[in-house]
Amino acid sequence: MLRHSIAFSFFVAIALLFFGLDRVAADNIATLRGPAPLIEQEEAPRMMPFNNNDIREVRNYPEQPPVIPHKTDGYIVDLNSNKCLSCHARSRTGESQAPMVSITHFMDRDGQFRASVSPRRYFCSQCHVSQREVKPLVENSFIDVDTLLLERAKQQ
Amino acid sequence: MLNFLRRYWQALVRPSTSISLGVLTIGGFVAGIIFWGGFNTALEVTNTEAFCTSCHEMRDNVFVELQTTIHFTNRSGVRATCPDCHVPHEWTRKIARKMQASKEVWGHLFGTIDTREKFEEKRIDLAIHEWTRLKANDSLECRNCHSDESMDITRQSVRAAESHERFLFTGEKTCIDCHKGIAHRLPDMSQVPGWQ
Ligand code: HEC
Ligand code: HEC
Ligand code: HEC
Ligand code: HEC
Repeated sequence: MLRHSIAFSFFVAIALLFFGLDRVAADNIATLRGPAPLIEQEEAPRMMPFNNNDIREVRNYPEQPPVIPHKTDGYIVDLNSNKCLSCHARSRTGESQAPMVSITHFMDRDGQFRASVSPRRYFCSQCHVSQREVKPLVENSFIDVDTLLLERAKQQ
Repeated sequence: MLNFLRRYWQALVRPSTSISLGVLTIGGFVAGIIFWGGFNTALEVTNTEAFCTSCHEMRDNVFVELQTTIHFTNRSGVRATCPDCHVPHEWTRKIARKMQASKEVWGHLFGTIDTREKFEEKRIDLAIHEWTRLKANDSLECRNCHSDESMDITRQSVRAAESHERFLFTGEKTCIDCHKGIAHRLPDMSQVPGWQ
């Protein structure tokens, strides 16, 4: 019985290998690099400029790190200096009129609030990014929770 | 031979009897031009990116960093070279800066910043010298290219326009107060006001 099932699996595997691969090639599955064959390079889409109008974007869910409504090229954040904090630090917001870095960022991993931004939140661009007006590479069917609740309310 | 030299020397030290005053003045004038020209040409040569980056201290540290910034390549195709930002245009100030720069030759000979580590350590001092200079001359070198008269803030981003209107046009601050580190990486800024 056992021998039988091994032989069967083997058969299936071979079949999948042949027919499966065949299907992949034939279907021309679009990957992120586009439909061009592996040996060819598709023409790159045009680069769009960064959105730079300083108008804050709506967050898709409450915990989302807000996206940056301005360009940040040339801004350096390293061991020596943090260009973002030169406007967004608590003490700088009067002059810059920029929103203050979130108070959650002062909390270290033990839940203690520190005097300034905790090292684990220091590298701003790990979570916050500038935006460009581009066509998404992958379709996104995300529905925001308020929309979901509204739908439900309507159904009842 | 010795005789010739003696005669030549005498001709040089004695007031001229045979050459007319006119020839003398014109000759002196021409020699002056050549000397002056040569001097200024030498100044010009030392006022190029190629000259500044001929020292590895300048080439391996600040120059490579400059290459990724907007002052090296940009949509307008105008490049700011080292002397544009670091050497005054006005003649007397230029000479003064060049005299100061003999410190750099000294530093080069004695290797004050001849390794990346030494440079990193000394960087804050060097940067503070530059900030102090630009603060004192109201960012003159920046203004040789950017001036607030020709700055059309309606074409700037909101952030830029608001900052310039509030602090620059009122004379409260100058370019270098807000635009540190536009051309090179910054030193450790933890002691610099406004940074952390
Ligand atoms: C002979 C090699 C050499 C050349 C050529 C050179 N530098 Fe330097 N530069 C140095 C050294 C070494 C130092 C560090 C001096 C010190 O230790 O204080 C320095 C320091 C500087 C500083 C900091 C000055 C300060 O006040 O602390 C600036 C700015 C600078 N160089 C710009 C330039 C520019 C602009 C040029 C071209 C006109 C240039 N350098 C050409 C070797 C050189
Ligand atoms: C040789 C002329 C020149 C000098 C000197 C100069 N700049 Fe610039 N600067 C430019 C050019 C050209 C651009 C790019 C313009 C463009 O294409 O947007 C620029 C861009 C800038 C920008 C815009 C940066 C960005 O990301 O959009 C700032 C800020 C700036 N300069 C500040 C300064 C400061 C501060 C100084 C003095 C330390 C200075 N510049 C000296 C020519 C100069
Ligand atoms: C009060 C601070 C402040 C002063 C003083 C200041 N700037 Fe700015 N500048 C800003 C801010 C903030 C921005 C926008 C953010 C950025 O580009 O990093 C900006 C942006 C710029 C830009 C890019 C404009 C754009 O639309 O992106 C240029 C060029 C510039 N500044 C040049 C200068 C020059 C030249 C001076 C001195 C004559 C100067 N700034 C003085 C704060 C200042
Ligand atoms: C757009 C203007 C600009 C240009 C172009 C520029 N610098 Fe600077 N440089 C500065 C400013 C401003 C500082 C003060 C420190 C800072 O804010 O980064 C500085 C600082 C320095 C320092 C001190 C060390 C440091 O990093 O603070 C040296 C050395 C130096 N520059 C050399 C050069 C050389 C060499 C070139 C050409 C390859 C050059 N710079 C091109 C503006 C410029």
